Amino acid sequence: MRQIVRTLMMTGALVSLAVPCFAARIVVEGSTTVLPIAQRAAEEYMDAHRDADISVRGGGSGVGIASLIEGTCDIANASRAIKDDELQKAASRGRAPKANVVAMDGIAVIVNNANSVTELSKKQLKDIFTGKITDWAQAGGSAGQIVAVSRDSASGTFEAFGELALDKAKVRKDALMQASNQAVASVVSKTPGAIGYVGLAYLNGVKALTIDGVDPSKETVLSKQYKLSRPLFMYTNGKPAGLAKDYLDFIQSPAGQKLVEEEGYVSIR
Amino acid sequence: MKNFTKIKEQIYRGGFTALAFSSLIFLAGIILLLLKESLPLFRHVGFFDFIFGRAWYPTASVPEWGIFPLIMASFWVTLGALFICVPLGVGSALYIHEIASVRQRVFLKPLIEILASIPSVVYGFFGMVVAAPFLQQAFGLPTGLCALTASIILGIMAIPTVCSLAEDALSCVPDSFREASYAVGANRWQTLMRVVLPAAGSGVSTAIILGMSRAIGETMTVLMVAGGAALVPRSFLEPVRPMTSTIAAEMGEAVMGSLHYNALFSIGLVLFVITFAFNIIAEIVCKRFRLKLGIDR
Repeated sequence: MRQIVRTLMMTGALVSLAVPCFAARIVVEGSTTVLPIAQRAAEEYMDAHRDADISVRGGGSGVGIASLIEGTCDIANASRAIKDDELQKAASRGRAPKANVVAMDGIAVIVNNANSVTELSKKQLKDIFTGKITDWAQAGGSAGQIVAVSRDSASGTFEAFGELALDKAKVRKDALMQASNQAVASVVSKTPGAIGYVGLAYLNGVKALTIDGVDPSKETVLSKQYKLSRPLFMYTNGKPAGLAKDYLDFIQSPAGQKLVEEEGYVSIR
Repeated sequence: MKNFTKIKEQIYRGGFTALAFSSLIFLAGIILLLLKESLPLFRHVGFFDFIFGRAWYPTASVPEWGIFPLIMASFWVTLGALFICVPLGVGSALYIHEIASVRQRVFLKPLIEILASIPSVVYGFFGMVVAAPFLQQAFGLPTGLCALTASIILGIMAIPTVCSLAEDALSCVPDSFREASYAVGANRWQTLMRVVLPAAGSGVSTAIILGMSRAIGETMTVLMVAGGAALVPRSFLEPVRPMTSTIAAEMGEAVMGSLHYNALFSIGLVLFVITFAFNIIAEIVCKRFRLKLGIDR
């Protein structure tokens, strides 16, 4: 009997040694544009570090930043820079969001493959999306109504596009609002007169336009020659520490940046 | 022993009463939540500005909160859906109940009910891939994602609701009505149109109203095929943005507790009030119908 008890105790001790008692855990939340990078990096990181627990979820840039301010997440993914009123709110709660750039992304302006237009000026682009230009004939194409396709107004891509391309002007009311990059690309690929905008990773079956004479590509995005490029952020409260720091270091390392490229974004190196 | 049975009966009674009232608790909970989350909006936006405002720009630096285009979009697609689901739904009910042979009936009825079991996202996919490109070609439209496409798909989705409720109404019409009609020399068509259908009239109206309620509350399909432009529609060939798809598209990225979040709940409240009104009207009409046929419960 005593023998059995001792064996049981020994096994118990061994098992408890094998399972780490204090697994570090962080929550990463926010932009759906940054989500693929965060997800992929978390998987790879956790494969290499069995004791780390990184939980990644979407929700949108605004949601992520709000959670960081509330203290319900450790890293907020954002496809836009933090806004002034968000900074004030954070300060009033004693938090200091710090931006960490993890990748660059270009917003490509896309049209249907059948469209003869290959380039637009930034001004024409703005006029199209604010409703001043309504026919392709006014933008160097063959006559036909322009169908503007936009992302939903709560998405970070919408806000970034509004800032970079429209100077914060309002998108025309008759624009088709689509819920994802993929949906925008698929509507544009099926609609002859459509124009839309998507992240660089979503250029299948559509034609990307030259804006102000610059093609959207990894090089032009990185050199900022292409006007519609933006950094992708992971915000932390103050300087990152502990697991959050290790995770961010991993994403910014060559191995992490390779994942960024594989997911279709532009590496910061 | 007698006492024991009595206690057991009381326990059963209590248990089933609790079950019956549980849905009432859910209803009250939902209404309270809707009110709690939506009312803060009206501290910043006037009620009439909200309902009749023409511009919906929830995330602009100076946000605008007018949902009139969204309400109109919901009404247009629902109206459009009626043109599809009423003739097809009521027509199928008439055929199945009055004309079809028994063999056809056992085959047709389940077939129509299968329409109800198709997930709405599949309908949306069908609309996006098949109906929208087809209508775009047929009418030479700039885009096939418009109120018409949404109406057609919603109409097809509402057919089973309308059909099975209309059939119930028809089966409530006593056979003596039909026999009397044939006895005075009316043929089948005359009996159907002048006796059976008028007698089942308010029951059929109930079916139609509940079909409307189904169409106006549908979300996934309109999100996929209605286009999503927040513009007061001027024709069925324009893209629209119904209330349901606005909530579905924006709720995921609205910051909890923000005005945008409250505004989406307010849209939900408006939608709830509308469908609630539909259901009350349906109930009243239905009751009148039962009284008329002398089968009041």
